[in-house]
Amino acid sequence: MNKYTPIIGLETHVELKTNSKMFCGCEAKYFGKEPNTITCPVCLGLPGALPVPNKTAIDWCIKISLSLNCKINLFSKFDRKNYFYPDLSKGYQISQYDLPFGQNGSITLSNGKIIRIRRVHMEEDTGKLIHEGESSLIDFNRSGVPLVEIVTEPDFHNATDVKEYLQKLRQIVRYLEVADADMEKGDMRLEPNISLSSKQQAISNKLPDYKVEIKNINSFKFVEKAVNYEIKRQTEILDKKETPAQETRGWDEAKQKTFSQRSKEDAMDYRYFPEPDIPPIIYTEKDIEKLKIAIPELPDQKLKRFEKIFGLPRYDAEILTRDRKMANYFEETVRVGKNEIKPKQIANEIINKKIDIKKILPIALVKQILNAKQTIQIDQKELDKIIIETLNENKKAVDEYKSGKENVLMFLLGQAMKKIGKKVNINIVKEAIIKNIK
Amino acid sequence: MSKTKIDVVHISKLANLPLTNEEKNKFEKQLDETISYIKQLEEINTTSTKPTSQVTGLENVTREDIATKSLTQEQALSNTKSKQNNLFKVNVLIDND
Amino acid sequence: MTNLTITKALEKLKNKEISSVELTKTFLERIKKVEPKINAFVTVTEEEALRNAKDADKKRANGSDAPLLGIPLSIKDNFSTKGVRTTASSKVLDKYIPPYDATVVTKLKEAGMVLLGKTNMDAWAHGSSTETSDYGQSKNPWNTDYLPGGSSGGAAASVAAGEVIAAIGSETAGSIRQPASWCGVVGLKPTYGRVSRSGVIAMGSSLDSPGPITKSVEDAALVLQVLAGVDPLDATTSPLPVPDYLKNINREITNLKIGISEDYFEGVDTEVKQKVEDAIKVLEKLGAKIKKIKLFSPKYSIAVYTIIMRSEVSSNLARFDGIRYGSDRSFFAEEAKRRIMLGTYVLSAGYYDQYFNKALKVRSLIINDFKKAFEDVDVVIAPTNPKTALKAGSDEAKDPMFGELADILVEPSSLAGLSGINIPVGFSKKGLPIGMDIIGPQFGEQTILNVAKKYEDETEWNLKEPNL
Repeated sequence: MNKYTPIIGLETHVELKTNSKMFCGCEAKYFGKEPNTITCPVCLGLPGALPVPNKTAIDWCIKISLSLNCKINLFSKFDRKNYFYPDLSKGYQISQYDLPFGQNGSITLSNGKIIRIRRVHMEEDTGKLIHEGESSLIDFNRSGVPLVEIVTEPDFHNATDVKEYLQKLRQIVRYLEVADADMEKGDMRLEPNISLSSKQQAISNKLPDYKVEIKNINSFKFVEKAVNYEIKRQTEILDKKETPAQETRGWDEAKQKTFSQRSKEDAMDYRYFPEPDIPPIIYTEKDIEKLKIAIPELPDQKLKRFEKIFGLPRYDAEILTRDRKMANYFEETVRVGKNEIKPKQIANEIINKKIDIKKILPIALVKQILNAKQTIQIDQKELDKIIIETLNENKKAVDEYKSGKENVLMFLLGQAMKKIGKKVNINIVKEAIIKNIK
Repeated sequence: MSKTKIDVVHISKLANLPLTNEEKNKFEKQLDETISYIKQLEEINTTSTKPTSQVTGLENVTREDIATKSLTQEQALSNTKSKQNNLFKVNVLIDND
Repeated sequence: MTNLTITKALEKLKNKEISSVELTKTFLERIKKVEPKINAFVTVTEEEALRNAKDADKKRANGSDAPLLGIPLSIKDNFSTKGVRTTASSKVLDKYIPPYDATVVTKLKEAGMVLLGKTNMDAWAHGSSTETSDYGQSKNPWNTDYLPGGSSGGAAASVAAGEVIAAIGSETAGSIRQPASWCGVVGLKPTYGRVSRSGVIAMGSSLDSPGPITKSVEDAALVLQVLAGVDPLDATTSPLPVPDYLKNINREITNLKIGISEDYFEGVDTEVKQKVEDAIKVLEKLGAKIKKIKLFSPKYSIAVYTIIMRSEVSSNLARFDGIRYGSDRSFFAEEAKRRIMLGTYVLSAGYYDQYFNKALKVRSLIINDFKKAFEDVDVVIAPTNPKTALKAGSDEAKDPMFGELADILVEPSSLAGLSGINIPVGFSKKGLPIGMDIIGPQFGEQTILNVAKKYEDETEWNLKEPNL
């Protein structure tokens, strides 16, 4: 396996959760809608209809670029990417060619490896094709939904790093609250490209002379599997002293393998040219500064801060910062419980007891922790012994309880507490009584 | 005049235009003539000239992110020759993207 | 009555000399009479027209004074009209009924127009003769053996033949001014971005400009007033305020500076040249000063225009795949295919810099050239077309670049997005109209309308009617 070094790059499409589509006023939330009910002349590509770009979507694309440490092109524009496909209503996709909003950024993985981001650009989604026997059916509700494409340099060498990168990317767009990035709904689509370089190539820093692209994967797990499958497949070909074909492949989850979709011979020639219907987009340093200020603390910074300020171990900090709402909940609880509870205890409570942050308010959680703290721990065996004694001494009450008089439980509880003689958590005693009655 | 042989078949594929053999021959000749004509531009020095793709000088023309009314499903589908269950229908698909 | 201008018709409507329904019926009858000879329309919307006219009369009775209330107009068949078939004169769209109105149509409806029908054109606006229409060629009302010009040939013919009071056309480079010139009517191409393109079936997106074709300069100003203005549905429309186009239309033109570039008179028919020079003398007599200028040779504009327009065409026509509307791509006729092929070629890998980008650079030179010229002069005057109307079926019109070659004199100003107006300046010995192009800077509509009006007041070419 060490003969070759996998060279992997990644293109990721993220749908933005704006109110309206990229170039028209149709609602952008298409999931679960009746087919072809949110279309208009623009996104349906009717003759004469013209695109007008969504300001919020552009701002969000720039926020994503900034969060990925990109340089922002202050002068930017849209271009037409020309190709034919039934789900592409205009016969071209409005995208960005030579002046994407963001360029030359990076994401740092937990192992310290830096993945360079080549570009972050704004484009529009296509309609949805549903294959049915001999024909294909098209729903244009998704046509024109804002889509941000994030392209990395071929900096990955294994599927694990690819997966971590994707998790980080998803976390970032969710932190920014610009995308749901819900894989199951197809909000995020992944296209890894993979090739293997030989030792000589690796030494001379040359990239392999072929590249295999895997199109449209909608699960992190599948990407991992597809990449690993390709590494194996390409290794076998190279071992036979052959060169894998430059092509586009798909991932077949049922068969657990990739399959050929399009070969190099039909390589697309997109005939990009500047979109004449949309004037250029120009940002000033000041505009960018404003957008920067509006960016919340991102997961990596938050994680470091949680470690440093709250003295949390990496494991805890990582779990608590996975989701921005969770992180905020934790911080609020720390604030409410300050002087009385250590952040680590709060972290333990949230992580170990899997606290539902939607149901328990931070203040309630603080009380819960404080209550538990005031009681004295009691050994389970010792407790069981005392309970059995109590039950034996109060057979009549036990019978009454069994026949349905549930309030007798309070009497038994009182008797047991007296016997214990220490301030223990009443809930634990209660549970022990019920358990032993049965 | 130097002549670039134009691959009419390749171009027609890119343009998704079905052509008859007669058209292919005709266009090959005519495109060649037209290309020779537009090559006149090589006479003009543009080394220090920036391209203009829009004449208005406008910039940052955008819309606010507000959802507006869409066409009804019936309107959207009113001009198609081929539909099924309120979806547009195409027969065979040539290639995959 | 079919020779009425909008101004006169409005007077009669206001004075209750006539109702819009009567006016509309008169024109519908005229259409029935002359249409077999002219073929200016793809679709005549009789029912819609009568309904519009009734509405207009009712509104007027209720005190409305909308600018075009009750005026019968035709609209070129590349403007989307909700509920009315819109073909762009191509069989691809034979049965296409738009579910929405072009912004221009919305504005005309609000202004109270009566829609008489959709006019014939070169299919997809590709051409200068209407010969590429899938619905038959339109005829020149002055001599039906001759071409009306194009692509707004049906529009210009409908006005010249008295089938409508005014028409709405569109120009990419010449498609309003050239047919107006060949049909002896007024044709105004506004500055690119002055009138919304939303809903106009796109040809060359960076060039297309909708505008009026009328019997008088005043009418052109009146219609432009309705059409002009920023449109939230077209990101390339200008937010500049729309001036009152009628306000200064009668201003004296003493001290007005007219630029004349010799290159624009080269290879021009002697008769055409003579009439345009005569017209310039009329303006001189009114006090205008003539200044010889040297503009960028128009011959390069043909190449620039061909590359840019055909590239945009190849992309703009990509949506016609027959899935959501219309027929499939095999229904394109030869001219559209030819343009798509060249546009696809020059944009394809390896050629972008050589052709498309080169054309964009020369376009910059043309723009700067005009900018410099307009520092010294107020308008530039040239013949609209080197020739009078060609005979139908002539060999010249069969050249694979005929559409571009015929419009050599209007292409430079179109590439620069300038304003221009064709006005009739006389007739050839054969009795065919001759037109002159008054070119203004960007947003120079007030000036060119002013110059055109002053000339028109001195002459009466626009009052002549063809014998049909």
